[in-house]
Amino acid sequence: MTPGPLPSALVAQATNPIIEWEWVVEEWDQIWRAIVEHVTLTMMAMALGLIVSAFLAALALRRRWTMTPITATTSLIYTLPSVALFALLAPVFGNLSRWTAVLPLAGYTLLILVTNIVAGFQAVPPSVRDAADGMGMSRARRIWTVDLPLAVPFIVTGVRIATVSTVGMVTVAAIIGQGGLGRLIFSGLRRAFWTPMTVGASLSIILALVIDAMILAIGLWLAPWQRRRKGATP
Amino acid sequence: MLDETAPTDISIRLTNVSKTFDGASGAAVDNLSLDIERGTIMALLGPSGCGKTTTLRMINRLTEPTAGTIEINGVDVMSQSAQELRRGIGYVIQQVGLFPHRTIASNIATVPTMLGWEKSRIAARVEELTTLVGLDQELLDRYPDELSGGQQQRVGVARALAADPPVLLMDEPFGAVDPIVRKRLQDELLDLQNKVSKTIVLVTHDVDEALRVADRIALMNVGGVIEQLASPDELMRAPANDFVKSFVGQDRGLRRLALNAVSALRYHQGPVVDGGATYDDAEQVIAMEGTDWLGITIDGRFAGWTKVNDVRAAHANGSPLADVERFDPIAQIEPTSTLRAAMELIMSSNSSVAVINDGGSFGGVVTLEDIRRALSSAHIETADGTL
Repeated sequence: MTPGPLPSALVAQATNPIIEWEWVVEEWDQIWRAIVEHVTLTMMAMALGLIVSAFLAALALRRRWTMTPITATTSLIYTLPSVALFALLAPVFGNLSRWTAVLPLAGYTLLILVTNIVAGFQAVPPSVRDAADGMGMSRARRIWTVDLPLAVPFIVTGVRIATVSTVGMVTVAAIIGQGGLGRLIFSGLRRAFWTPMTVGASLSIILALVIDAMILAIGLWLAPWQRRRKGATP
Repeated sequence: MLDETAPTDISIRLTNVSKTFDGASGAAVDNLSLDIERGTIMALLGPSGCGKTTTLRMINRLTEPTAGTIEINGVDVMSQSAQELRRGIGYVIQQVGLFPHRTIASNIATVPTMLGWEKSRIAARVEELTTLVGLDQELLDRYPDELSGGQQQRVGVARALAADPPVLLMDEPFGAVDPIVRKRLQDELLDLQNKVSKTIVLVTHDVDEALRVADRIALMNVGGVIEQLASPDELMRAPANDFVKSFVGQDRGLRRLALNAVSALRYHQGPVVDGGATYDDAEQVIAMEGTDWLGITIDGRFAGWTKVNDVRAAHANGSPLADVERFDPIAQIEPTSTLRAAMELIMSSNSSVAVINDGGSFGGVVTLEDIRRALSSAHIETADGTL
């Protein structure tokens, strides 16, 4: 996940401050565009990752034997070095296409998302399913109104982990000309000019934290029963 | 309790039902036939692995029978869709299986919602059921995790009764709560049954639970074989074979005591006379009963015991019988008390007799001998026939 070979930046360290606020003000448009691009790439990757994961998880839950190959494949994708993957896809889709960045980014989310979705559905207590079936609930109704809501906390956890790592991974996509805040970081490094690098790095950290908090809040809103627990009177 | 000869009104009928699970060597349930009368509680009692739960689950088709027919109110359960069938059958399980993500009100409303009832009707029904099962209305907005085990089980029962199904299936419904709560829930079930008169099939491995709540008990052995089908009293009095004997345990007699009330005995007066009686009458009673103690009633109420010696001394002095020094009876029971309670009271009060206090007036006396005789007789004799 770390960017490629460092230029002779270290030499210049002494001569140039970590951040020049003038630059930030002057280049705010560029910074803002990088933020928007960063968020867009993250959201596209997550959306695609969620859709594919939902299918894979549904398959794994229905046909148990598919679980092993699905896990093996998504694990394999997860282990591929991101720089290599971006580099390999660049000639396929072209440097300028967003898909060159989005596809690998989405691929990296699959392992975490599939695992968590499957775990969420498997964590639905058998007695709850038995009661739902015993009351004459149809299978589809049970999956949408009982299993899915109960799996939400697990799914949200998976989405949080996947999103945060995607925010980090997007910066690497800068090597193929995408990458939002990553481009600021890389250009700063190349020019041995610290300010864009500092801005890009800190903004990507802040972005990760903010998005994580937002998903956490959405998760709590989706699962209100998780908020209050055990106020039982005997 | 039921009379074998009474005309029966069958609610659930299992005919030659078998179930063999895939890959199992033997049948879980083999050729089982059982009639369950409308408005009664049938306990399927037996050790684990005897097929009692399988039998229960075949009634609402959570398990599909391999062979045989099951009818509810004369209609084959296979003749309609499983979902439709299940919406007309209440289902209560040990782990309750409440939906953790839904409020109590929403949990109770599950089946009415599926049936498409109007909101106002659902709300009214939920409120009614909450009262029926003894839950606080303020719990309705809570989530299941915020309730105690006993409260959750009450919600489970309310949810099962929501659409007023004629049949209620209960699989070890009180198995997960502590013994004190369990006993209370069993009592509540009986109260509830008095109000709603459902046909209830209850699976349990707990002999005491079956004895307490069931009208009839089907004691099952491995393979769904019914070893004995009988009323609780009959099961205790006349176990059909060694399996039944060993399953219900050595203390059958004591358990029978708990099943019968004092009112089941034919009361007798005992050595008791009215305070206004003559000494001749008193001597006659003393002679007949052969005791050292004489009970005195005043205005139909039991006033206390007197010592025969004191009575004779008073006679010699010429003072009235009502003035003889009396001792309060320690052992006093109500007609609704169980014979077991009567026996415990007699033993613990270190006397040989308990006085029946029938709503304030003297009802008679019960001795250990009366209780022993009641148990040894084929049927406990009552004023209006046999139990």
